Amino acid sequence: MEPIIRVANLGKKYLIRHQSRPRYETLRDTLAGGAKRLMQKTAASRREEFWALRDVSFEVKPGDRLGIIGRNGAGKTTLLKILSRITEPSAGRVEIRGRVASLLEVGTGFHPELTGRENIFLNGAILGMRRREIVRKFDEIVSFAEVEQFLDTPVKRYSSGMYVRLAFAVAAHLEPEILLVDEVLAVGDAAFQKKCLGKMGDMNQKEGRTILFVSHNMPALQTLCRQGLLLEKGTIRFSGDVNEAISTYVAQNDILSITPVASREDREGLGMVRIEAIEVKSNFGIATGHDLVVTASFRTIGKPVPINEFGMSIWSEHDIRLISLSTIMKGELSKIPDAGKVSCRIPQLPLVSGNYFLNFFVSSSNGIEDYLVHALKFFVEDSNFFASGKSVNPIWGAIAVSHQWSLE
Amino acid sequence: MASTQDKAETLLVIEAGKGHQQFFSDLWNYRELFLFLSWRDILVRYKQAVLGVAWSVLRPLLTIAIFSLVFGRLAKLPSQGVPYSVLVFAAMLPWQLFAGALNESSNSLLGNTNLISKIYFPRLIIPVSSVMVNLLDFLISLALLLGLMAWYKCLPDARILFFPLFLLLTLLLALGCGFWFSALNVKYRDFRYIIPFIIQFGLYLSPVGFSSAIIPARWRLLYSFNPLVGIIDGFRWSMLGDQFPLFRPAVMISVFVSLIVFVSGVWFFRKMEKSFADVI
Repeated sequence: MEPIIRVANLGKKYLIRHQSRPRYETLRDTLAGGAKRLMQKTAASRREEFWALRDVSFEVKPGDRLGIIGRNGAGKTTLLKILSRITEPSAGRVEIRGRVASLLEVGTGFHPELTGRENIFLNGAILGMRRREIVRKFDEIVSFAEVEQFLDTPVKRYSSGMYVRLAFAVAAHLEPEILLVDEVLAVGDAAFQKKCLGKMGDMNQKEGRTILFVSHNMPALQTLCRQGLLLEKGTIRFSGDVNEAISTYVAQNDILSITPVASREDREGLGMVRIEAIEVKSNFGIATGHDLVVTASFRTIGKPVPINEFGMSIWSEHDIRLISLSTIMKGELSKIPDAGKVSCRIPQLPLVSGNYFLNFFVSSSNGIEDYLVHALKFFVEDSNFFASGKSVNPIWGAIAVSHQWSLE
Repeated sequence: MASTQDKAETLLVIEAGKGHQQFFSDLWNYRELFLFLSWRDILVRYKQAVLGVAWSVLRPLLTIAIFSLVFGRLAKLPSQGVPYSVLVFAAMLPWQLFAGALNESSNSLLGNTNLISKIYFPRLIIPVSSVMVNLLDFLISLALLLGLMAWYKCLPDARILFFPLFLLLTLLLALGCGFWFSALNVKYRDFRYIIPFIIQFGLYLSPVGFSSAIIPARWRLLYSFNPLVGIIDGFRWSMLGDQFPLFRPAVMISVFVSLIVFVSGVWFFRKMEKSFADVI
């Protein structure tokens, strides 16, 4: 069968200027810059090239469901933006046979002052539906969104749940041959997410639509997709079966171990107990708000010494100590064997997206026996921590806490 | 996106540097989006303002009252035999349309950032649809003027047939400027501050509060290089008749300038639109 999408050597280059400069320019800057350029003749070297995508080639067959995964900044969204013609590639070629609808955000173009009814029409038109198509599906959209009573209320008075349901309901009733979806399922409550996934699966199975789905939600990817494309720094790292793509991703992603613990010799402490291995685990990837489990194997060397404490600390990339935990502090694990494995579970990891270091130590009654600085480096993935679709931006703070807002 | 019934397989090729090959057919395919966006702007405009439609009546009326007072009563400028308020009103129509359209369209892209960065459609739709609100205001004002003229019993003659021509000219000029400024605005935010300036000066440089007949003959040609002179004269001529004879060179200049600004505006906008999603 002929591919419905053929991507060949696709590249997207951005020019990065001075870091401190805003994304847009002012005329003054350009004029001043122009004058400087005349004098200095070094203009070209000031701009740094950055390839958000480079040499990406793949094919998608009609009816395929392709999951696209990768770290933030790997080029997933850029790829979808090129396929949906929002932005132009800098190199390469894309051939698409069929109508494309892209869903890069839920509720694009929703206007808060307009009513639910008006927004259904507006949003439908923005997503590429014809007016009569919207009229035909109107009742279906409304009942899918469960907002019957609020149709004539401005959406600014909607609860966030209602808003998202309405927005997604419109999108779910698109009938393109190719649907590009970017992380939009991260919003809404779990039941509604499931409903949406079901709807997308239906579209694929009953009507043979092709779906390209970007998500960090591994279970959703496994449910919906059969093929997987793993992007890393703008290039394809893996392309094939979705489960294989996910395991490659999870393995590569979570632990950026510097030197394996077993072969580390730069240890501090008395050395009578040795930490042999450390691993960090999390269901479906280490991410903000996911449970994190750190497991260490240890054994005593020579004559057994009574181990009385395990401890660890998590440090930011900039070497700021963020979390310190120990068995004595917590008052747990009083009888520890000479050798074995010890685990520490942190439910709902409160760290925002970024790289972190883990230090680990073990002590006996004689003092610290083994202390590993930067035993591990791991990456915490962005997630739908607040279940609102908004993520915890590392610029705004280092920790993510659950909380409630209310009007008194 | 095409509608559901045209199942014919279309091959879309996206390549670096090629731009959008189907620019004009896309414009046609997205005509419904254009209507919806215009409809949105109009709805929102009237929902947010308590006085709603009253604004599009009040604003020109107040300006006209002040201009009639200042230029007509205080400065005692000639009015060629029609009530001074009618003379001002006939010029205020194209001026308000031009100024409003220029203002709305120039800021339209920045006001729709989320659409541009999340959805594909011909970007040209945005500045054009933003002007529809002004066109509606224009029609309301036009109805008022006709009412005022009926009251003064000076109804237009057959020259009114040329009226749509001058209206079209106003739109071409305003849209052309709008294309230039909206595209420039995305990259250089300075233009946001330049436009109110242009509008403020333009009001006094154009023959809105007075008839262009008061300009000395030897300056007349030079004065006509402001494309709005020909347009405003044309409005007065088509609505108020022979008391306002057309100065041919002025009209020629207006037609010429409007066309150039419009065509070059489309060209420049197309050139710039590729990078909108990246810089906005």
